[in-house]
Amino acid sequence: MLRFVLRRLASGVVLIVVITAATFFMLHASGGNIARRILGQEASQDTVVQKTHELGLDRPVLTQFREWLSSAFHGDLGASWFTSQPVSEAITSRLQVTLELVIGATIVSGLIAVALGVLAATRRGWIDRLVQFLAMLGFAIPNFLVALALVTVFAIHFKVFKPTGYTALGDDPAGWLSTVTLPIIALSVGSIAGVAQQIRGSMIDALDRDYVRTLRSRGLPESRVVFKHVLRNAGGPGLAMLAVQFVGLLGGAVIIEQIFAIPGLGQVSVGATSQGDVPLVMGLVLATAVVVVTVNLVVDLLQGYLNPKVRLS
Amino acid sequence: MTTLWRRLLRNPTGIGSLIFLVVVVLSAVFAPLLAPHDPNTANAYDTLSGPSGKYWLGNDSSGHDVLSRLLFATRLSVVLTAETLVIAAVLGIVLGLLAGYYGKFFEAVGTAATSLLQALPAIVVLLAAKSVLGPSDFAAMAVFGVLIAPAFYRVVYSAVSAVRGELYVDAARVSGLSDPRIIGRHVLTVVRAPAIVLAANIAGISVAISAGLDFLGLGDPSRPSWGGMLNDGFTNIFTAPLLVLWPSLAIGLTCIAFALLGNALRDGLERADAPKRRRRHPPAAVGTPVVQAVPDDDALLSVQHLSVGYDNPDGTVKTVVEGAALTVRRGEVHGLIGESGSGKTQTAFSILRLLPSGGRIVGGSITFEGRDLAGLSAKEMTAVRGKKIAYVPQEPMSNLDPSFTVGSQLVEPMRIHLGLSRADAKAKALGLLARVGIPNPERTFGAYPHELSGGMAQRVLIAGAVSCDPELLIADEPTTALDVTVQAEVLDLLRDLQRERQMGVLLVTHNFGVVADLCDRVSVMRAGRIVETGPVRSIFADPRHEYTQSLFAAVLSHNEGEGAVA
Repeated sequence: MLRFVLRRLASGVVLIVVITAATFFMLHASGGNIARRILGQEASQDTVVQKTHELGLDRPVLTQFREWLSSAFHGDLGASWFTSQPVSEAITSRLQVTLELVIGATIVSGLIAVALGVLAATRRGWIDRLVQFLAMLGFAIPNFLVALALVTVFAIHFKVFKPTGYTALGDDPAGWLSTVTLPIIALSVGSIAGVAQQIRGSMIDALDRDYVRTLRSRGLPESRVVFKHVLRNAGGPGLAMLAVQFVGLLGGAVIIEQIFAIPGLGQVSVGATSQGDVPLVMGLVLATAVVVVTVNLVVDLLQGYLNPKVRLS
Repeated sequence: MTTLWRRLLRNPTGIGSLIFLVVVVLSAVFAPLLAPHDPNTANAYDTLSGPSGKYWLGNDSSGHDVLSRLLFATRLSVVLTAETLVIAAVLGIVLGLLAGYYGKFFEAVGTAATSLLQALPAIVVLLAAKSVLGPSDFAAMAVFGVLIAPAFYRVVYSAVSAVRGELYVDAARVSGLSDPRIIGRHVLTVVRAPAIVLAANIAGISVAISAGLDFLGLGDPSRPSWGGMLNDGFTNIFTAPLLVLWPSLAIGLTCIAFALLGNALRDGLERADAPKRRRRHPPAAVGTPVVQAVPDDDALLSVQHLSVGYDNPDGTVKTVVEGAALTVRRGEVHGLIGESGSGKTQTAFSILRLLPSGGRIVGGSITFEGRDLAGLSAKEMTAVRGKKIAYVPQEPMSNLDPSFTVGSQLVEPMRIHLGLSRADAKAKALGLLARVGIPNPERTFGAYPHELSGGMAQRVLIAGAVSCDPELLIADEPTTALDVTVQAEVLDLLRDLQRERQMGVLLVTHNFGVVADLCDRVSVMRAGRIVETGPVRSIFADPRHEYTQSLFAAVLSHNEGEGAVA
């Protein structure tokens, strides 16, 4: 078990290094252009050259990356080129807000998707067709349209929730709930659709297995057969799908945060990329990669809990 | 392929979404002709005005005509979607073909690239790319095309690697066709249909992504775009609420149309692929049943006129058991013998009321301890199962839940039926495991099914079946899946348990040797009917029904010691 965790951890670290390296080289492929973009089109060639030197962009890319990597390893991600704020500081407070949204959406979509998937798989018939149709729509409609519709109806028309802004959970839990509810719903719709489809499929598959008949032959109540045994066996693929959706939710949050004016990673990302703030962009990519790798590790451990074959191998 | 299109055209949602998408493309192509105004001419006097005769959909915050901008934005969306699709399809299909057909090197490259590209959310990668590429929609969607290419890669790769080993591909290779010819002629045809389905879905996603980027203000602001218009509408949602509606409709309907199209295509594909339903042969002439009268007073289970049917999609019912009758007395082992497909397992499942989905008892009665099982509610039946009637399956390995330990699967029914505490149930389970001949009960109790051998698993299943002291045990070919050496041991175990507990046993088998070895009485089944019933000894000595006679003749002429019927 420990070997399994360490192996996954090692491959996660490799993945993070490869991703940050790829991003770094992509961003520095045009070293001169970075300075030009910062200074604007009117700047003279001399000032551009000077700025390039100032930022250390005229040195070999490999050297620059090695420096970035070693200081990143010590927790120093440099400072924003525009605000001079340390990157780690700019990211951590906002990462927490984004994670609140994304984890909230993951929990909501997990619960609703299981309910819908189980319902569709056990009842079949028109309920099944309805769930499948809704899932297809939910998957197809972009989450920002869902968000706009939610804002229009629940925040502007009925004024049940706040249309924009964010209140920290620690400051005012009720206020927090009224600011994050709509964003979380908007984020969840797509992943509910994806996970419910997956749970439905693997439940139908599992319900057809021989051991289900044997469990029933032992006189176990149907609810116990479905929720304890079939769901446990169908849970693995559902969980894998939820992990895929988690990555999608991180991306979706970028747009959703913009709509609800929530100060998360998305807002920094949009600002940093349109300005070409390389240290900040690198920090964002690193933070996202770390979150994704961590989630995948957690999912692997949960898979081991669900499936004894994974655990023992 | 042509059938796929024909099916699509017959599907109302498929044809509807296709027409909508064609209209979208046409309005993009003819936008310069259709647009009533120049999309970039700002009218400073008419900002945020509502729909009017001159401006059908009103003006945006800069005074542009919304309808004209919408048409030109459609142009951009169509071009961007096409760009993404072409890049993703070319990359994904070429790599998938190479990896699937040649394997090894290309496979490793493809898999590594795929996992790398999917480790980050697409929009984060796009944002990072934007900081280098600047505000070009075309560059961003080219990157997105690369990011989404793994979807094509996976579909193509799995289709090709499945077909790689097919005989007709080998045959083509042997007959001297070059690799490109084989890929083009034989492999690409396999991939075409699933790739088209995928393309529809990816087109929808790329419409959403490009609109999302423009909505964030990361696109080229000089061109009208759906996302940009959405942003403008959202900013002015309090003053001009209609403004946000038009781009929302354009984006939403296009995405939905692509999803519906993809769905319709997949449906058509699945139906085209589904094998033609084989028509079951009408029941063969079975002759007059030969039934030797039994005194019914000691009957534990009495099945009368049992018919089992499966509902066909066209409303008819396919009958698999017709008018079957059999009686199992207390403490008697009753063999139910017949070739595969004769309906013997269906009879057994209908007694347990555990027919596969679609199957149901069409007629007859199943009287057990004075109650008709066919008429019990689901809840009443649950109370009978396990406690009164237990079941030993054919295939031991697939009949244990792989996610739970042997112990928990043994304990669960005893806690429900016998109301035992966890500790008592465990003690009883360990005793049962020892009784069925498990060498180390403690270890097996904590083991998972995949750690057991087939023979051990079958012993565990037998232990589970008898755990709640049932009156009747239904064993469905309990030794067929086991090694020959283990078969005899398991049969001995079943006989011992039956004698010890004076259970009635209904033993479903196709093996005359098992019947001779274990059974008191036997029923011979053929084509859904029971053709002969009687004591084993008298039937073996003097088979009356011609089918039974022919079975014996077949066994004897093949001189098979095991005496299998089928």
